Amino acid sequence: MKISYFPGCTLKTTAKNFEESALASLSFLGIDVVELPRWNCCGTVYSLTDDDLMHQIAPVRNLIRVKEQKDTRVVTLCSMCYNTLKRANNLVKEDEEKLNKLNDFMYRENVKYDGKVEVLHLLEVLKNEVGFSEIAKKVKRSLKGLRVANYYGCLLLRPPEVGLDDPEHPTILNDLLHSLGAEVIDYPYETECCGSYHTVVNVDLVVERAYDILNSAISQGAEAVVLSCPLCNFNLDNRQKEIKKKFPDFKGIPVFYFTQLLALSLGLDERVCRFELNFVNPYPLLKSKHLITGA
Amino acid sequence: MSRIGVFICHCGLNIAGSVDVGKVAKLINKYPGVIYATDYMYMCSEPGQEMIRKIVKEKKLDGVVVAACSPTMHETTFRNTVASVGVNPYRCEIANIREQCSWVHQHDKEKATEKAQEIIEAAIEKLRLNKSLTPVAFPITKRALVIGGGIAGIQASLDIAESGYEVILVEKNQSIGGHMLQLSETFPTLDCPQCIATPKMVQVDQHPKIKLYAYSEVEEVSGYVGNFKVKIRKKASFVDWDKCTGCGLCIEKCPRKVPSEFDEYLAKRKAIYTLFPQAVPNKPVIDSKSCLYFTKGRCRICEKNCSVKAINFEQKDSFVEESVGAIIVATGYDLMDKRKIGEYGYGRYEDVIDGLQMERLLAPAGPTRGIPCRPSDGKVPKEVVFIQCVGSRDPQHYYPYCSKICCMYTVKQAMLYKHAVPDGQAYVFYMDIRCNGKGYEEFLQRGLEEDKILYIRGRVSKLFKNGDKIEVWGADTLTGRKIEISADMVVLAMAMVPSEGVKKLAERLRIATDDYGFLTEAHPKLRPVESLTSGYFFAGAAQGPKDIPETVAQASAAASKVVSLFSQDVLHREPIVASVDEEVCTGCGSCESVCAYDAIEIDPIKKKAVVNIAICEGCGACSAACPSGAMQHTNFTKRQIFEMVDAFT
Repeated sequence: MKISYFPGCTLKTTAKNFEESALASLSFLGIDVVELPRWNCCGTVYSLTDDDLMHQIAPVRNLIRVKEQKDTRVVTLCSMCYNTLKRANNLVKEDEEKLNKLNDFMYRENVKYDGKVEVLHLLEVLKNEVGFSEIAKKVKRSLKGLRVANYYGCLLLRPPEVGLDDPEHPTILNDLLHSLGAEVIDYPYETECCGSYHTVVNVDLVVERAYDILNSAISQGAEAVVLSCPLCNFNLDNRQKEIKKKFPDFKGIPVFYFTQLLALSLGLDERVCRFELNFVNPYPLLKSKHLITGA
Repeated sequence: MSRIGVFICHCGLNIAGSVDVGKVAKLINKYPGVIYATDYMYMCSEPGQEMIRKIVKEKKLDGVVVAACSPTMHETTFRNTVASVGVNPYRCEIANIREQCSWVHQHDKEKATEKAQEIIEAAIEKLRLNKSLTPVAFPITKRALVIGGGIAGIQASLDIAESGYEVILVEKNQSIGGHMLQLSETFPTLDCPQCIATPKMVQVDQHPKIKLYAYSEVEEVSGYVGNFKVKIRKKASFVDWDKCTGCGLCIEKCPRKVPSEFDEYLAKRKAIYTLFPQAVPNKPVIDSKSCLYFTKGRCRICEKNCSVKAINFEQKDSFVEESVGAIIVATGYDLMDKRKIGEYGYGRYEDVIDGLQMERLLAPAGPTRGIPCRPSDGKVPKEVVFIQCVGSRDPQHYYPYCSKICCMYTVKQAMLYKHAVPDGQAYVFYMDIRCNGKGYEEFLQRGLEEDKILYIRGRVSKLFKNGDKIEVWGADTLTGRKIEISADMVVLAMAMVPSEGVKKLAERLRIATDDYGFLTEAHPKLRPVESLTSGYFFAGAAQGPKDIPETVAQASAAASKVVSLFSQDVLHREPIVASVDEEVCTGCGSCESVCAYDAIEIDPIKKKAVVNIAICEGCGACSAACPSGAMQHTNFTKRQIFEMVDAFT
């Protein structure tokens, strides 16, 4: 099965561990992902916060790229890209006038957009195209004995018309991690905000939020946090050095992209997981659980 | 040629403020067929009506147009006025120049005046072709059906029965009493519902004029006001109630325990059970879904222990038919399911309970004998958070309406909690406090001042379990601060919704409901206890959220409506109904399929539509649907409508 893939900026820079583990897992699962040629910025917060059509050009142009490939579906990994593309898509689907305006503005494009591309997140593809029970059958290194706390953040779930799961009580990551054999712990912060882009100007705020989230997971017995958003990852993983400065009692906890654990449990070469890019060193944990051999 | 008079009302400034009524009167005076036209300040007042009478007599008028407010307001008034001086009331037409003209064109007097004139001319054109009609008379069965045996149904039944008419009371549960019997104490006086409601239940049971069908449901209703036929399903109770003495030995010996609906799943009941000890009738039923004999094929302990041999495992549902003349729908309410609210845990946390569960915990006869022990571990909670408006006043997610009773029962519950646990703390998250009944505001103040209930204005964004605590995250919107409370128990004031199955019942009865399933009254102000479908009356929360005093008041109002209906020996109905021109009718059945009241049948032999004028409500759907023009509405014929349209063009 072939599907177009929109990476977005982070996947090519700070989240290489996310991209490489995801692509390796997908090809192992028999899904042929084809990166869109000439993709551009997803629109990011500008397309979400501004009520003006100009900011929808970026996401819609990416959807035009999908059409150019004669494809009808596009998969994203980053939660932000998923959210902006899907929201822009919903907007033009519901409002023909806006769609026409955008098309008029992009008159130089060879293809006009018609609202008919389906925007998917990788988790949806895994759940609906592959099936978690199929994945469970292919697990070679079970995560049995690993207690994880899944962190959903906001962009996968909200607003409800865009979200891929119940915004108040999501289960999709839990179901996936269960199928990989992990033990999923229940903690109340799974959908609480990570602080998002405040990380640029208000580090303190993000540090406090990340501390609450991670500490709650740790107190419930989690050994690792699993997430899907590169921005959440930055706030929860990279910011742990600031957390330790502010809260000396903070013990620290490894943070993974779900695809890293997926690739690992499918028995792929652990080098595709690029664990060395994780800020909090995950090797001691992985070793203690006998999930990796070397390093 | 008719002799028509036109009377134009100022309605104070309501009409005269934007319509030049004097000018209109002058112009209409010259209109063909108009003998006399005049204007007056308040046409509906006694001097106004007297003027109409005088002029009708003086000018020997045979038709009258009153240009005033909507016909739903005063059509009847003016028809009676002209009838008193010998003009057929159906030769009186209302030209609505208030709602349809002056109120909507307040800023353009010239155009409004022009439009008022046209509206009046159209009414004159219609009146010209109006027939003189006489109301249809038919007999009436002086017995009432009351659906629902809660406090509304009980009150309505007693009132009708006390007036000397027979009542059939149908209750779906095995006992009457309804939600009121589940309550702990009632606001604002804190008297116990058992003390005030059980005597009424006994009265119902013993009243010679009331026939009670408990554990029964209305299956089918046919007929029309004054002459309904009702089919009632008596559900199989597997106990012969005629033999049963209500000794209770079967219940005592039954080995099977299941969560009790009456106790809101906070306690267990047996598979053979009565709802509560004071039940009326005090006869048990077997719940076949949990009974060991029905599910596993063995046991029958109840049968062995019954000395009068009342247990009958072979019993089947049975049906009875009753004839009645009027029907009161008093089907009550349910609370919205708390499992629908994601941010409050989807019902996953045992110690997050709803209002009715709290009532059971606080009830002296409840599972915890009035000490509010929390469900998870039976500990007495020291910090209790009450959240109001859960599901109500939330148009984006659930229901836009206010459930009306939650402000008051929350004060009451917090107060009773404090009486039971004086060292505990009660918090209430609220949006507004609406205490607008007699003695209600004083009750709230008592809760605030004497019982030190802490009120926080704001919503709770999230609840979650943390150890044995429920963490409550909310906002205090008065101070602008985030509030976090580690509570032992949380009580959700869930939205009131119509009780299950009412929508289907309403369809069977052919009465209208609103978007949420509450029954729609004929007029929100002037006909609040009856349906647009004649013969149906409403009592209690089936029509909209209500507390006990209001429910009882409405029940008595509905009963008095029924009694006044029964005080007539024959019923008169509006003669403005559909009629068929048999020469033209092809029997295609279009009219039959659009009739919401089942008033039309196709005669199988003649192959022509036949209108039952006793049921026809005169809505006009059939005449609009008729492709051949055979179906005409009396005094709203196609010709009349065309003439009216011409007057506007």
